[in-house]
Amino acid sequence: MTGAPVPEPGSSPDTPAGAPGTSPAATLRPARPRWQETLGLLARNPTAAIASLLLIAIVLIAIFDDTLAAEGPNDIDVAERLQSPSWEHPFGTDDLGRDILSRIILGASVSLRVGFLAVGFALVVGTLIGLLAGYYGRWVDDVLMRFMDMLFAFPAVLLAIAVLAVRGPGSGNTALAIGIVYTPIFARVTRASVLGVREEVYVRASRSVGASDWRILTRHILPNAAPPIIVQTSISLAFAVLAEAALSFLGLGTQPPNPSWGLMLAEGRSYIELAWWIAFFPGMAIFLTVLCFNLLGDGLRDVLDPRQRTQMSGSGAAVAADAGGEK
Amino acid sequence: MTGEPVLEVEDLRVRLRTPRGPADVVNGLTYRVGQGETVAVVGESGSGKSVSVLALLGLLPARVATVTGRALLQGEDLLTMSPSRLRQVRGPGAGMVFQDPMTSLNPVLTVGRQIVEGLRAHSDMSKAVARRRAAELLGEVGLPDPEGALDRYPHELSGGMRQRVVIAIALSNSPALLIADEATTALDVTVQAQIIDLIATLQADHGTGVIWITHDLGVVAGIADRVLVMYGGRCVEDGTVDDVLEHPAHPYTRGLLGSLPDLAAPVGPDGEVPDLTTVPGLPPPPTDLPPGCVFWPRCPVRADPRCETEQPPLAVVGPGSGGLEHRAATWCTEGEAPSAGSPAAGASSRAGGPAAGATSGADGPEGGGR
Amino acid sequence: MVVLAGVSVIVFSLVHLVPGDPVRLALGTRFSQESYDALRERSGLDQPLIEQFFGWLGRALTGDLGVSFRSGETVTSLIAERLPATLTLAFASILVALLIAVPLGTISALRPRSIIDRFATVISQFGISVPDFWMGIVLILVFAGTLGWLPSGGFVPIGEDPLEWLQRLVMPAVVTGVVSGSVITRFVRSSMLEALGSDHVRTAQAKGLPTRQVFTWHVLRNALLPLVTVTGVQLAYLLSGVVVVEIVFSWPGLGQLALQAVQARDYPVLQGAVLLFALVFLVINLVVDLLYTAIDPRIRR
Repeated sequence: MTGAPVPEPGSSPDTPAGAPGTSPAATLRPARPRWQETLGLLARNPTAAIASLLLIAIVLIAIFDDTLAAEGPNDIDVAERLQSPSWEHPFGTDDLGRDILSRIILGASVSLRVGFLAVGFALVVGTLIGLLAGYYGRWVDDVLMRFMDMLFAFPAVLLAIAVLAVRGPGSGNTALAIGIVYTPIFARVTRASVLGVREEVYVRASRSVGASDWRILTRHILPNAAPPIIVQTSISLAFAVLAEAALSFLGLGTQPPNPSWGLMLAEGRSYIELAWWIAFFPGMAIFLTVLCFNLLGDGLRDVLDPRQRTQMSGSGAAVAADAGGEK
Repeated sequence: MTGEPVLEVEDLRVRLRTPRGPADVVNGLTYRVGQGETVAVVGESGSGKSVSVLALLGLLPARVATVTGRALLQGEDLLTMSPSRLRQVRGPGAGMVFQDPMTSLNPVLTVGRQIVEGLRAHSDMSKAVARRRAAELLGEVGLPDPEGALDRYPHELSGGMRQRVVIAIALSNSPALLIADEATTALDVTVQAQIIDLIATLQADHGTGVIWITHDLGVVAGIADRVLVMYGGRCVEDGTVDDVLEHPAHPYTRGLLGSLPDLAAPVGPDGEVPDLTTVPGLPPPPTDLPPGCVFWPRCPVRADPRCETEQPPLAVVGPGSGGLEHRAATWCTEGEAPSAGSPAAGASSRAGGPAAGATSGADGPEGGGR
Repeated sequence: MVVLAGVSVIVFSLVHLVPGDPVRLALGTRFSQESYDALRERSGLDQPLIEQFFGWLGRALTGDLGVSFRSGETVTSLIAERLPATLTLAFASILVALLIAVPLGTISALRPRSIIDRFATVISQFGISVPDFWMGIVLILVFAGTLGWLPSGGFVPIGEDPLEWLQRLVMPAVVTGVVSGSVITRFVRSSMLEALGSDHVRTAQAKGLPTRQVFTWHVLRNALLPLVTVTGVQLAYLLSGVVVVEIVFSWPGLGQLALQAVQARDYPVLQGAVLLFALVFLVINLVVDLLYTAIDPRIRR
C-alpha cells in the first residue's frame, strides 16, 4: 500500500465543485450587495463618510446657489476691486470688484452640472458599449473595442480640445467633450466585468431555461457588473470636474461672464502677485470637490469590490492558508 | 522506530488577530518527531494544521500572530530564538515543501537561481560550486536533464516537476526536519505517488524527520509512523498509525475514516460496496470555539452530558504500540465498542450520522474551496 | 498599426469638421480674392476631401506634414522646435514621479494600515485631486513671487545654460511629477502588496534567505512588472497631455503648439501634432511590451 494513496471521492479538493448542478446552492445567484448594507459599511469608513457629507453640502450649495450667493456674482463694483479677504468679502473681490465667494458658489453649479452631464453621457454610452461588446463577443466586441481603443489612444485633454474646436466653446459642449473622453473607460470596465460573470453558473442556468438576452443582461449581468461601474462613476466625476476646470482655464469651456472655477483661476492668474485670493480660492474649491469624489470612490471600492478587498489584508497567504474560519 | 528527537513541540498555541476578533487557531499542541520518523498531521482545512507548522518557522506575520509554547528543534527553542538565528535555522534546520507548486516558486527567476540562493545563504560556496550542487540536487529529486533544468523557468516545468524543485530547495541544506504541507494535494494521483516515494527514499537516506501535513488518510496509512488528528486547533487523537487507523477512538477520526473507501472491506453478497459517509457540517470558526468538546456541534455520538460543556482532556485510550500511547480527547470512550471491529471502522459513525446523506459531497474533509 | 490608421482618419475628419475657414483666418481681415484663391490652391483645400486625405497621408509617411497656415513654416520644423522642451519636461516629470512613488508605495505596502500607509494614501489622494494648473500658480506665487528663488516660467536649452535650464525646469516638473507620482504610488503599493502576499515569498523565507534578499529578488523584482506598465502610461500622458501646465509655465512644448493650432484653425499643425501623439502612444506601448518580455520570462517565447 505504500506510496499508492487511495483516491477518495470525498476528499479530493475538486470534487465538490466537480458536478455543477448537483448542489442547489451552486445555481443560486450570489446575493446582491444591498444598498443599506453598502451605506452602513460606507458610514464606518470615516474618510468616505466625511467626503460624502461634504459632497452633499457642495451639491446643496450648487442647487441653492441663487439664494446663497447673497451678493450678485456678476455685480461689478470698481470701487471694491481687488479687495483682500474681509468680513464683508470672506474670499476677497476680483479685478472687477465681484465677490469671489458668491462666484465660487455659482461656479459650483456650473462645475457640477458639467461634471454630472459628462459622466452621465459616458456612463450610459460606455456601459452600453461595454455590455454589448462583452456579452456578444466576437466581431461586435472587436469592432466596438477597437474603436474605443482609438479614442483611448488620444491624449484626453487634446481629444476634449478637438471636440470643443468642432463644436465651439461652452458648458454643454464641454460636458459632451469630457463625456466622449471618458466613454472608453466605462466601456472597458463594463466589458471586463461582463466577461467575468458571463460564464457564471447562474447566467448559464438562466440562458438554458430560455431567458432572453435582454433579460439576462439587465437582470443578471448588469447588477453583478455594477460595483466597478459605480466606483468608476465616482472617480470619473472627480476627473470630469477637474477637466471642466482645465478646459475653462484654457478658455475653451465655460465662457465669461459665467463664473466657472477654472475660468476664475485663469482670470486671477494675471493678478496672482497683487491679489493671490482671486486664483487661490477657486482652486481650493476645485481641489476639495475633486478630492471628495475621489475619496468617495475609494470608499466605495473598499465596500463594493471584493477583489480589492481581499488585497487589503497584507498579512499574506500564510494566514489565509489554513485559517479557514477567518472568512 | 523512534530515534533521537529532532523536534519536540510542547503546548503550541497560535492566536491570530482578525477583523472579527482574536482567533485561537492552534490550541495546545504537543508532539515530537524522531530522527527518520514521519509524523502525519491530519485534519480538514481550517483545523489549524498549516498554521501550526508555519508558526514553528516564524512564517506567520508577526503583526497578526501570537505564538506561545515551546518548540525545540535539536534542543533549541524555535519560538524564542532571535530572528537572525531563526533565519539560519530555516534551511539547514528545517526545510519546507508547500502545497501548490504552481505558486510556491518565483515565476521570474530561474530554477537554478532559486536553489543556488538557498545554498549560498547558508554557506560561503562560490556560485559555480553552488550551481554544481544544485544540479546534483535536481538529479537526486529525479529531474531529467538536471543541468539544463537549472536555466529553466518554473512555468516551463510541469506541476510534478516543480514540486520536485521545491523539494530540492527544501532539502538543499540537508535539514534535520522536513515539513511537507499538503505537498501532494495539488498533484495528479500518479505524481502524488512518485513524490511520496521520493520523500520516503530521501528520508531513509538522510535520516530526516518528517512532518507530513495532509487531509488524505490514504497517504497517512502509506507513509506515516505516527498520526496526530487535529480538529478546531486541538489534537483530538494521536498514536501510532496502526492504533489510530485501526482503532479510532474519537468520533471525528471515525468520521474521517468513514469517508475513506476501504478496499479491504468485504463486498456484500450482491456485490454491493459499503456506503461512504461524510462528516456533515463545517469546522467551528476559530473566533468562536465551543466551550466543550470542539467536535460537539457536528458530533453524531454525543454520548456524555459533559460533551457540550466540558473540554475533554487528551487521555490514554488504548494500550498503544511501538512504545507510544494511543490517546484521544473525547468523553465518548466508555461504551465505545465498535472500534474493536477492525476494518469497517466507518460503520460506527455511519450508524450515528443521521444527516450524512443530506449534504453529500459538500463537505468531505478539505471540502471547502480555498 | 490599425489604431494608428484609425487615428489618422479620425484626426483628419475631425479637423475638417471644424467650422471656420482657415484661409480666411490666415489672411486676416483685408485680402483680395486672388490671394484667397492662391492660398486655397496652394494648401490644396480646393481638392475633394478624400484626395486631400490621401495626399496628406502619403506625404506624412515620407515625413512631410505640410506647411502651417499661420506662420508658413513646415509642420515638421515647428514640431522639431517644440520637441526638446516637451521631452525634457516629460522625462524630468517621470523622474520626479518615480522618486516619489517607489519609496512611498513600498513603505506603505510594507506597513499596511500603519500611520505611514495612511499618510501616503492621503498624500497620493491629494496629488491625484489637485488641479495641476492651480498648483503651478501657487508654486509660482510662492517660489517666484514671494521668495523669488525660481524664475516663473520659460524654457532654456540645456546647452545654453545648464543652471538656468534646471531652475526653469524644477517647478513644472514638480507639478506634473506630483500628479503622476500620486497615481504611480497607488500602483506600487497594490502590486507590492500582491507580491508580498504570494506563496513564493514564503518559500524564499523558508529557505532562510536574508530579509533584504527576499525583498529585492522575490518582492521588488515581481512588483516591477506592473510598475513598468503604469510608468509607460504616465509617460505617454506626459508627452502629450500637459497642455495646461505648459500654459501656466509658458513652456514652449507640443501641447501649447496643439492648442494654438486649434485656436487658429491651423489644420496641418494640428494634424501633425495629434498624429505625433498617437505615434508616441504606440511607441511607448511597444517599448513597454519589449521591457515586459525582458523582465518577465513567462512572456518570452
